[in-house]
Amino acid sequence: MGNKVLMKGNEAIAESAIRAGCRHYFGYPITPQTEVAAYMAKRMPKIGGTFLQAESEIAAINMVYGVAATGRRVMTSSSSPGISLKQEGISYIAGSDLPCLIVNVQRGGPGLGGIQPSQSDYFQATKGGGHGDYRLIVLAPSSVQEMADMTALAFDLADKYLMPVMLLADGTIGQMMEPVELPEAREPQFTEKDWAVTGTKMRRAHHIVNSLYLVPEELEKKNFERFERYARIEREEARFESFMMEDAEYCVVAFGIAARVSKNAVTAARREGLKVGMIRPVTLWPFPSAALAEAAKTVKGFLSVELSMGQMIEDVKLAVSCSRPVSLCRRAGGMIPSPDEVLTKIREMAGGYER
Amino acid sequence: MTVFEKPKSLTDAEFHYCPGCTHGIIHRLVAEAIDALGIEGRAIGVAPVGCAVMAYNYFACDMVEAAHGRAPAVATGIKRSLPENIVFTYQGDGDLASIGMAETVHAATRNENITVIFVNNAIYGMTGGQMAPTSLPGQVTQTSPYGRDVSVAGYPVKVAELLSSLDGPEFIARVAVNNVKNVRNAKKIIEKAFQNQIEGKGFSLVEVVSSCPTNWGMTPDNALKWVEEKMIPYYPLGVFKDRSAGKEEDKA
Repeated sequence: MGNKVLMKGNEAIAESAIRAGCRHYFGYPITPQTEVAAYMAKRMPKIGGTFLQAESEIAAINMVYGVAATGRRVMTSSSSPGISLKQEGISYIAGSDLPCLIVNVQRGGPGLGGIQPSQSDYFQATKGGGHGDYRLIVLAPSSVQEMADMTALAFDLADKYLMPVMLLADGTIGQMMEPVELPEAREPQFTEKDWAVTGTKMRRAHHIVNSLYLVPEELEKKNFERFERYARIEREEARFESFMMEDAEYCVVAFGIAARVSKNAVTAARREGLKVGMIRPVTLWPFPSAALAEAAKTVKGFLSVELSMGQMIEDVKLAVSCSRPVSLCRRAGGMIPSPDEVLTKIREMAGGYER
Repeated sequence: MTVFEKPKSLTDAEFHYCPGCTHGIIHRLVAEAIDALGIEGRAIGVAPVGCAVMAYNYFACDMVEAAHGRAPAVATGIKRSLPENIVFTYQGDGDLASIGMAETVHAATRNENITVIFVNNAIYGMTGGQMAPTSLPGQVTQTSPYGRDVSVAGYPVKVAELLSSLDGPEFIARVAVNNVKNVRNAKKIIEKAFQNQIEGKGFSLVEVVSSCPTNWGMTPDNALKWVEEKMIPYYPLGVFKDRSAGKEEDKA
């Protein structure tokens, strides 16, 4: 511990997953996340783990489902178009109450889109990309350090709540190199779980991992139980970072790489005498609504900064019950706003809402 | 003296299958193989989407329900996680040969050490009798009401032949369960497909030519005749690939 190494964000995910005791990785090549697979392909065979390049993202997520059913830590990674293909499997994993990690290093869309960074899978990640009532815990790293830390956290949260967790990164953080202190290595856990399929050994009744309930009353009950768990997560797991919010009159809301850019803009605005701060959602679901609602009591307006046409802004408006104006600074298609662009939007917000 | 009893590897749950459906026989053969090899305690089955969707209630071993067609991928994950366990899938023709063709071919070409039981009854049973990838030319189904027109719908997929063309898989065979002789042979072949996995030989698939009286619109008797007269000529029975046997011959 204490040693910093220079790593790409994607590699930090892979190394951190191994250190979290994950020994099974399934993926399919897609830019800009390929380094995750390449790293796993090198390391897994050396430590008795599984790296398997699947025939498709669909197969990869179903292999994840298979390992998750045995109660072991498992992950897959992909980028936007590939994550769309995984949605069927994600819905089944959520419906079977299994833990796993899914990494989305986002690129611009829709369709084949581009290969440059984006945050336009926000809706898909936070509102349920697959069919049915379910949630993912969605973590949004904004540095290589957080890629590593949140990968470890993701596995712990997945195991704690028996549900899939998504690390929603973007091409910038995936590709950039930064010094990172890797989490301590933990050995894989092989504890018996009362739901996992491991063979009955003729000592117990058979376990069934399943999301099919043909009796509507039973299926409804399952959904209600799951949502009780989700309610607890909303109460206990919302995470955010607060930056210069103590005396702030205006609040920027941004996550991931957009938050990095916005921090510079907020600092520059402060130099101009504008009392601006930032709330950076670290969990996108659960969304840190309470923190924003609290801020709405004192600030005059919010600015949502996103690498999309404006998706998170809907959650910001909901969080503050539209009690304050919420404006938008957006770039799309793989474009990233400059700090100056964000600063201009901050000035507009501050000027527009009467200082 | 007990001369006939239920295999230990089947639960007491009542099958939901239609009268005359051969899924019951095939379930039994799989359970008998598991019993005979003494692997119930380490067997893990993967159920499909289709008529056998609730197979997880019938097999007494640990079970996982997969999405439509994805059973070989799910089984791959289970087997990679627990290589000492015996992992099998039980799939129908729509599941395995249509929506799951990619998962099937790639599990086979990786020689994934799993056992696949593939029930070919030339129709989608669960959804009420639509044309399957294995429906015969001219076969009347709900979605081929004038008979399967190969100029529009293409030809049936011969799964055993197709997979045999790959270098990867260990064992590919086709059996039928339309008469006593064929059932006995099917039992032997299914047991071999599990034995191969125990010995670490790799991907073993048994295609079981089966009947669907309900959706074929026939009596159970006539359905078995149709298997004999129409299905088996199109889907010939036999062992299509047995790599280990081939290797032994080379040595001799």
